[in-house]
Amino acid sequence: MSERVSIQYDMAVVRGFAISALVWGAVGMLVGLLAALQLAFPDLNLPPYLQFGRIRPIHTNAVIFGFTLGVVFAGSYYGVQRLCRVRMFSDSLSRINLWGWNAIIVAAAVTLLLGKSTSKEYAELEWPIDIAIAVVWVVYAINFFGTVARRREKGMYVAIWFWIATILTIAMLHIFNSMALPVSWWKSYSAYAGIHDANIQWWYGHNAVGFLLTTPILGLMYYFLPKQIDRPIFSHRLSIVHFWSLIFIYMWAGPHHLIYSPLPDWAQTFGTAFSVMLILPSWGGMVNGLLTMRGAWDRVRTDPLLKMFAVGITFYGMSTFEGPMMAVKSVNSLSHFTNWTIGHVHSGALGWVALTCFASLYYMIPRLWHTQLYSVRLAEAHFWVATIGLVLYVTSMWISGVTQGLMWRAVNPDGSLTYTFIETVAAIRVYDIIRVCGGALYLSGVVLMFINVWKTIQQGSSAVPEAGPALTPAPVGGGK
Amino acid sequence: MGYDWHRPLESQTLRFTLLTFLAIVVGGLVLLIPPYFMQGTVETIEGVRPYTALELEGRDLYIREGCNNCHSQMIRPFKAETDRYGPFTMAGENVYERPFLYGSRRTGPDLSRVGGNYPDSWHWIHFRRPQDIEPRSNMPSFAHLYRWPLDLSLTQRKLEVLRTLGHPYADEEVRDAVAEAQAQAAVVVARLRDEQGIQVSETEAGSEIVALIAYMQRLGTDVDLPPIESARAGAAPGRP
Ligand code: HEC
Ligand code: HEM
Ligand code: HEM
Repeated sequence: MSERVSIQYDMAVVRGFAISALVWGAVGMLVGLLAALQLAFPDLNLPPYLQFGRIRPIHTNAVIFGFTLGVVFAGSYYGVQRLCRVRMFSDSLSRINLWGWNAIIVAAAVTLLLGKSTSKEYAELEWPIDIAIAVVWVVYAINFFGTVARRREKGMYVAIWFWIATILTIAMLHIFNSMALPVSWWKSYSAYAGIHDANIQWWYGHNAVGFLLTTPILGLMYYFLPKQIDRPIFSHRLSIVHFWSLIFIYMWAGPHHLIYSPLPDWAQTFGTAFSVMLILPSWGGMVNGLLTMRGAWDRVRTDPLLKMFAVGITFYGMSTFEGPMMAVKSVNSLSHFTNWTIGHVHSGALGWVALTCFASLYYMIPRLWHTQLYSVRLAEAHFWVATIGLVLYVTSMWISGVTQGLMWRAVNPDGSLTYTFIETVAAIRVYDIIRVCGGALYLSGVVLMFINVWKTIQQGSSAVPEAGPALTPAPVGGGK
Repeated sequence: MGYDWHRPLESQTLRFTLLTFLAIVVGGLVLLIPPYFMQGTVETIEGVRPYTALELEGRDLYIREGCNNCHSQMIRPFKAETDRYGPFTMAGENVYERPFLYGSRRTGPDLSRVGGNYPDSWHWIHFRRPQDIEPRSNMPSFAHLYRWPLDLSLTQRKLEVLRTLGHPYADEEVRDAVAEAQAQAAVVVARLRDEQGIQVSETEAGSEIVALIAYMQRLGTDVDLPPIESARAGAAPGRP
């Protein structure tokens, strides 16, 4: 296929993103734990700044844009060079991407703490930061496409497709949803009002879930799972079918966040219908991932990375079954506004996204520092505390959400409401406390990972030059 | 079905990217463009007005403090919900909502029609320490709003920007924005002091809490609605 050439991959940018992602992950989840504590014990609010309303967006921004996207940058920079057998298009662009992005996350944390927020979920940042995000994103796009264009490999492997879809979609969503007229440096008013603002926000919000927490993570799965398990993806045909259907259908499902709102009924119906259809391409990805492990389940028993992939993919399947269910009007009438949504979010976030990100980092980090992982047993321990923590988190929020939903709608025989609002707050407190325990366990797993990574880096060295094709080539395509 | 037809695409980056773009753009076009231009999406409702200068500042404080992370402002058309919060939300009521504040979580109750449900003095006590009114509440204290002076330096500019975006502010309203905000604040303070017997210090009288209370009391009051007190009272014996 290709001649043997010695390629010097740029791994410095990957190392940078791997570390920054871990740091933001720890910070973001610590803030999440604080938020969870504040809901259970309101005295832990420390206004003006460390108050639930202000720190919740810091949690979401840090874990999504600092941690998850950090791992996506690391993984895609790692993968695309190897899949294309060529160094990144431009080292300078890589540096701008790394430092620019981390500067943006710092700016995000600071401005959100100061209350500079647009209030639009996952798009809280004010316009100067929005512009910076657009610039850095374009830098990433040029770098990525430039690398793909100069590839020494004929075809583009499926992981690259998912990253391409991510780059295009996020650019489009970000630009249109962030349209606003500035009042000052840190205050602006949305270009859209009322229901139109809601419509465009949830077109953005839902597809941010789709193209930040789903497609690039599938890219990680498609690259790192076959590498770790050392066998090709189960089915290339399935990859093709589920890729195109997933990205097409996703974009129609946004209105499921606005069910029973004043959004026109036909749009809500589109949202529900496409959400239900979305099960199929989502499960296509799950099946492709799980069946890649077929016949190697004995290795899963001993390999914590494969365990993380397996549980991660399983939670992907679960949350993409649950999501369509919640998009059905009658179910949404119960689940909307409750902790059920929070349970759904974290079954996807802690189960699918974060476990897959951890596994990808565990794969990359020893290779980036040319050594072995310091302790496989520590990684194994990480896997177990994370899994127990996430099960506690998710199940408590499910029960809490259903309890809340049922209490809100309960009526006495005479037609009056059975419960006051505060009774519904008091009823879910016990679940808030269980969630704190789950979150603390999950975070302790991250601490174990920190120690493991620290020791690994200490015993390794970044200096040894990488010899590209001499290492095992990525299994491209293959399968049926 | 084989996948040979797809192989060429996998090696043509440009064509692949264009097709991807096509796949992701269709859904958005269909869902975003028609509602924006269709007549029926937003019904015109008599009485819906833009916020006054002071209420607007209060609304911006609501956003700054992230109240929307715990409170929704969207009532769905179910009996249990309209009994608790009042008539369901209509698009025509939201035409001056920039950004919209529907929210996605109801850790606390819906606020879209809270205006007039409680006297100012209730809010005054509640925001300082919600547990003083409702011991089981997990709403944070907002005591700092009683200390931080209300900043009106951007108020006029805010109204100008909103007028550019189509909010029908009169010339005088924009020109006298600061004076009008101060006048409305004085009314709130006077009501607190004289009618409701609250001790309001001079610092507090010029603080942010006044704007937030003005915003709370405005919510949902544009449209003439049947009173919901009966349902609320039935559900909440002993509520203040
Ligand atoms: C941690 C979540 C949380 C945050 C943040 C929060 N609240 Fe609340 N809020 C509640 C809860 C729970 C209640 C119900 C119990 C009570 O009355 O305190 C409530 C009640 C209220 C009520 C009374 C509503 C009614 O109909 O009885 C108002 C008004 C209110 N909040 C306004 C605000 C404003 C304004 C902010 C931002 C400055 C805010 N809240 C921030 C949780 C929150
Ligand atoms: C230690 C781990 C974590 C804890 C304790 C935690 C806790 C929380 C809490 C308390 C909330 C607010 C819930 C509410 O408003 O009722 C929240 C929201 C959220 N979290 Fe986490 N979280 C954790 C990890 C993560 C991770 C890893 C991600 C993503 C990759 C994530 C994504 C989100 C999102 C998107 C929301 C907003 C949900 C919504 O608006 O519906 N969280 N989290
Ligand atoms: C087939 C796939 C999926 C569908 C159809 C779906 C559907 C839904 C629905 C109906 C809601 C509730 C909206 C509401 O009532 O407010 C929701 C919320 C959410 N989902 Fe999913 N979901 C899917 C997969 C996922 C995955 C894999 C994740 C990854 C983490 C995820 C993250 C979220 C988040 C963050 C929210 C909360 C948004 C907010 O209110 O702030 N979803 N989803």
